[in-house]
Amino acid sequence: MSLAKLPSRTRGRVTRVRVDHDLSRRLMEMGLVEGTEVQVVRRAPFGDPLQIRVGDYDLSLRTSEAELIDVTRVRG
Amino acid sequence: MQPTSVENSAPHIGTDNRPAYRDASDTRAGSGPCVVALLGNPNTGKTALFNALTGFRRHVANYPGVTVDIARGPMRGASRPIELIDLPGTYSLAAAAPDECVACDALHGRRPELPRPRLVVVVVDASNLLRNLYLVSQVLELDLPVVVALNMIDVARRRGIRIADDRLSDRLGVPVVPVVATQPRTVAPLVRAMESSLSSPASSPAARRPLPSFPAAGSPDEVRARYRWAQQVLNGVVTRTEPASPAWSDRIDAAVTHPVAGLVLLILVLYGMFTLLYRGAEPLMHLMESAFAWLGTQVAGIVPDGFWASLLQDGVLAGVGGVLQFLPQILVLFFFIAVLEDCGYMARMAFMVDRLMRPLGLSGRALIPLLSSFACAVPAILGTRVIASRRERLITILIAPFMSCSARLPVYVLFIGAFVPQRAWLGGAVRLDALVMLAMYLVGIVVSVPVALLLRKTVFAGSASGFLLELPSYKWPRLRTVWQRMYLAGRSFVVRAGTVILLVNVAVWALGYFPRSTQTRAKMENLRVIHAWDEATFQRELAGAYLRDSFLGRLGHAIEPAIAPLGWDWRIGVSVIASFPAREVVVATLGTIANLDAGAAEATALRDALRGMKREDNSEPLFTLPVALSIMVFFALCAQCVGTLTVIWKETGSWRWPVISFVGMTTLAYVAAWAVSATARVAGL
Repeated sequence: MSLAKLPSRTRGRVTRVRVDHDLSRRLMEMGLVEGTEVQVVRRAPFGDPLQIRVGDYDLSLRTSEAELIDVTRVRG
Repeated sequence: MQPTSVENSAPHIGTDNRPAYRDASDTRAGSGPCVVALLGNPNTGKTALFNALTGFRRHVANYPGVTVDIARGPMRGASRPIELIDLPGTYSLAAAAPDECVACDALHGRRPELPRPRLVVVVVDASNLLRNLYLVSQVLELDLPVVVALNMIDVARRRGIRIADDRLSDRLGVPVVPVVATQPRTVAPLVRAMESSLSSPASSPAARRPLPSFPAAGSPDEVRARYRWAQQVLNGVVTRTEPASPAWSDRIDAAVTHPVAGLVLLILVLYGMFTLLYRGAEPLMHLMESAFAWLGTQVAGIVPDGFWASLLQDGVLAGVGGVLQFLPQILVLFFFIAVLEDCGYMARMAFMVDRLMRPLGLSGRALIPLLSSFACAVPAILGTRVIASRRERLITILIAPFMSCSARLPVYVLFIGAFVPQRAWLGGAVRLDALVMLAMYLVGIVVSVPVALLLRKTVFAGSASGFLLELPSYKWPRLRTVWQRMYLAGRSFVVRAGTVILLVNVAVWALGYFPRSTQTRAKMENLRVIHAWDEATFQRELAGAYLRDSFLGRLGHAIEPAIAPLGWDWRIGVSVIASFPAREVVVATLGTIANLDAGAAEATALRDALRGMKREDNSEPLFTLPVALSIMVFFALCAQCVGTLTVIWKETGSWRWPVISFVGMTTLAYVAAWAVSATARVAGL
């Protein structure tokens, strides 16, 4: 499932980052690498961008960027 | 490359490019202060640490092609002179575009104006070590001694994060020193660690435990491998307990970014900022104006009438006033930017409005500069420093002058008051003059959209810059930081842009003053006798005659064929050229041309005078509604403002951008002014 589809307030784990995009490297450098736990905190008032929690900090990214990242849900 | 302006250049020191580890053991007396670089992710309190280490003593320099200021300052409390460089915050040393990584260039000694540092202090956020260690892994590969400053250790403790700094230091092979940068007394151990790293050969990179060899730079596997390394380093170093205090930052966030409450707050904050920018700066500007008027009369009292008095009063003093008039708004805007950035709200504003800015190819970060541009483009362009992406910043700089600033308002007020018929509908609820005023503000906005898109598709084509923005935890803004930011912005404007603006003011004054021939005076003396003018009338008529005969007047005549299609004559041309130092000057110049006493050019008198002005060839009224509309539209879109163009030059580091901006905007303004006057004439207005 893409990170863009992860419902708010649920946690996920990064399973794959598409590496063929211009922004892939920057996403990964910000900590979005395979195995990292992420959580969608909320969406902005106009539906986009997303606020996500990457490990210990909050990051804002657009839906189009979140679509580069695949996650699986983490229960609990 | 030559520095365009390096203010307060630091004493030239340590420019040798020998490997730093050899310098580290170099304890020769008289070898001068050595340079230490502060590096770190954004939002790690790097600047606060810089201030704590230097005691707020800093000089800021702007380097060519670099869109950020780099602060330098001597370190306090060290036993030998140490010069600190505050490198721009960065998440990575592997920059996408080579010119975007000032920090990398500085660390490699690739910038001639920045001496290669002999030590790097990496500032890391203790609450967010994993991502910070990514940068550390890159720094450790540099051939430089490294000290890690574990900042905001107090915040981490409150969040239930415990860090075994000794173990971390062991694993990294460099000193790790916990600090709280906002409490300057906590930095003493860091100073000692820096000093011993500088003097002991044991701290040389060669003596360090080597890092694993990461996959080829630039590959995704490299990033993965670095994060894996960081995970391993932190394993057993960071332990978590229940947070001592509730996550209040999260609760603020929930309220502040709420779809309704958050937007209301956003609008209130922006409204407050704009009101203060637009109205709050006014008393200061008036105060300055009267101060300069007073100075002018003092000069007039000392210097006899004539060339020197005019040069001092209308050239130099007016020019200095022309520079300083921007200061109140710059200070107000930077007050807001500093407070909003320092407390963490700025990132949330960008987060909330990002969607709205996207059609322009911009991100949420462009909101504040573009909005403040409705007050004045000069502080707005300086304020684009909040935009991290260079491309986005340039687009914002180039479209900001299209927003109708407060200096255009007097032009609108004058011409609408004089030439737009008083008409109202729906019982006075809809008024024609108000609609025209609204249209003047809209025309700039409407034109800026295709301009931004065009720039995006052509000059700045290429990959998307995206919107990856860290949303830092909230904290209280610190007064001293805020004041420092305001002071530096104001100072940097006066120092860097002041001279140019002053010179242009004096140049335009000279164009309007010379040649001031004796024939003109003799002719007017004759007329004085014929018409039996009193002294005041004579002075007014003489001033008008001098201006008509000046180089500026001749320039007006020279461009008359070009502006005739707009319905303008040379006098309007003169006024437009004379308004280059400041847009609102067009009003005063029209007054002088209309032979009004400059001091007594009251709004009603000027309005009547404009209505009474006739064309010189057929004595029909010069100003008709189509002409008035075309002047207003021209002013709405033109770049007739030396302050704006100078700041564009200084902020982009290239004279090409102000030239492109001026030519482009003037062309657009001309075409639009022509279209409006032609349409109005066809419509029989």
